[in-house]
Amino acid sequence: MAMNHSDNLNEIRAIIAYHKRWDLLALIAGIVALMIAVLTFIALFGNMIIDGMPRLTWEFFTSFPSRKPEAAGILSAWVGTTLIMLVTAAAAVPLGVAAGVYLEEYAPKNLITEIIEINVTNLAGVPSIIYGLLALGLFVYELGLGQSILSAGLTLALLILPIVIVATREAIRSIPVSIREGAYALGATKWQTVADHVIPYSAPGILTGVIIGLARAIGETAPIITIGALTFIAFLPPSPIQDEFPFVSFEWLMEPFTVMPIQMFNWISRPQEAFQHNAAAAGLVLVVMTLLMNGLAIYLRYRLRKKIKW
Amino acid sequence: MQIFKPSSTATLTAQKSVVNNLNFYYGSYQALKNIDMVVYEKQVTALIGPSGCGKSTFLRCFNRMHDLYPHNNYEGEIILYPDNENILSREVDPIEVRMRISMVFQKPNPFPKSIFENVAYGLRIRGVKRRSILEEKVENALRNAALWEEVKDRLGDLAFNLSGGQQQRLCIARALATDPEILLFDEPTSALDPIATASIEELISDLRNKVTILIVTHNMQQAARVSDYTAYMYMGELIEFGATDTIFIKPKNKKTEDYITGRFG
Ligand SMILES: Nc1ncnc2c1ncn2[C@@H]1O[C@H](COP(=O)(O)OP(=O)(O)O)[C@@H](O)[C@H]1O
Ligand SMILES: [Mg+2]
Repeated sequence: MAMNHSDNLNEIRAIIAYHKRWDLLALIAGIVALMIAVLTFIALFGNMIIDGMPRLTWEFFTSFPSRKPEAAGILSAWVGTTLIMLVTAAAAVPLGVAAGVYLEEYAPKNLITEIIEINVTNLAGVPSIIYGLLALGLFVYELGLGQSILSAGLTLALLILPIVIVATREAIRSIPVSIREGAYALGATKWQTVADHVIPYSAPGILTGVIIGLARAIGETAPIITIGALTFIAFLPPSPIQDEFPFVSFEWLMEPFTVMPIQMFNWISRPQEAFQHNAAAAGLVLVVMTLLMNGLAIYLRYRLRKKIKW
Repeated sequence: MQIFKPSSTATLTAQKSVVNNLNFYYGSYQALKNIDMVVYEKQVTALIGPSGCGKSTFLRCFNRMHDLYPHNNYEGEIILYPDNENILSREVDPIEVRMRISMVFQKPNPFPKSIFENVAYGLRIRGVKRRSILEEKVENALRNAALWEEVKDRLGDLAFNLSGGQQQRLCIARALATDPEILLFDEPTSALDPIATASIEELISDLRNKVTILIVTHNMQQAARVSDYTAYMYMGELIEFGATDTIFIKPKNKKTEDYITGRFG
């Protein structure tokens, strides 16, 4: 085929130019989509800063809610949120790690295990209010834990359990076979291998998963309302640390509570403008708490990964 | 490079282990076929042969590593002396076998722990708690692995901070710390540079009179340098076994000769 050389070249150039138009279009579409996301974030966050920033004084953190907007604060809300997060972590970490370790290290590879695995993954997608309904029946009534900090903490623990399990399994899977075989070759039992190697070496990944889970739980509202959080609380639960023997108390577990997002919701539903500013300020605190937790997770992952390189 | 010659008394030593009609299956795939062999006490036995012929599979029978994974099956016996016990028997706990027979892997695999804790781990799982005993045994193992002088001032450092060759010697120390009856090596120098390789080979030669050694290597010069006995494997079968001198100078089998003279492999 004696095709003219320069004709051929021109044809190639035309095709390239045509294809490159699509490159450009894809680029523009991408940027537009990204700008929508970024602008939404800026609008939301910027608005909250403008409205809420002036309210962020020391008193805002140390005051109970009040009928007077300028005197109201988030003391009972942030204390409630913190205590519930403690319960959530204390319940979700051992359960999630044990389940993850079992699935990775002990479970036989069969149909039942596979069904369990699919279930765990699907649990992560269940709407959080469903957890609230389950918890209302199980914790609040059946187990008689009432509308307490304990009930709320356990509910959120169930909610983040799939996240902790998945993080645990991924962390365990990233441990090379050679390390495991090294332990077994020295005569370690399965449990010795798990306790001395598998769990310690996957701790950074597990920790990251726990923090990401808690960052999700901290903003959850629906399940907490379902189990009966109060929207107005002007007292604190008894302190866990007492100055009399035995110095620790678990009375706080059974106390009623409120949390940050519910406090926000309460203020938003008030007609007065000033309460809207309180809501914005509380929202700002909540967002910063979440961002800090995510930041901590990223930092820990980076730090601890640097120490353990496979 | 220095050449380490096997001792000439090779044939006079006792049998540490005898392999009788060993077959091994990965599921339905038979990776080892009717293997008979002897492992002589305090001698170095090299397993050579082309890649995929079953050297690692054979080696990992000695510490029942295959028990870690499902669908693996042994047939036949590996008798360990002097107690005359078949370590492949179902009645024998693989953990017991691994406590008696240590292994060093192809790629250095130190634990992400301190140098000291790496060597001490085997002792700890045997229940040794006394600090003084741990320290003494760790030092001994590190000396036997020719690593003590390099690390004695930084036993608390993370093992990952050592060079590749040092890491492999650390793994040898870890395996030696528990006084194994047999030490298994699976291509211990294949991930190392020539200088580190030479130091590991020298170490293996130094260890020959202290412990029974079984070493897989794809490097024939290495087998010739470090071993007293050599087994040539091909496609899951043991083609020829004998004193290293004999195997390398006048092999009986044509396949062995072809492999050793480099006509194939
Ligand atoms: N886990 C396994 N499952 C199935 N087949 C395997 C497995 N490991 C090794 N094999 C096969 O067994 C044969 C011997 O492998 P191996 O012992 O690793 O050889 P070598 O160490 O001599 O290179 C090869 O054909 C390999 O593909
Ligand atoms: Mg191999």
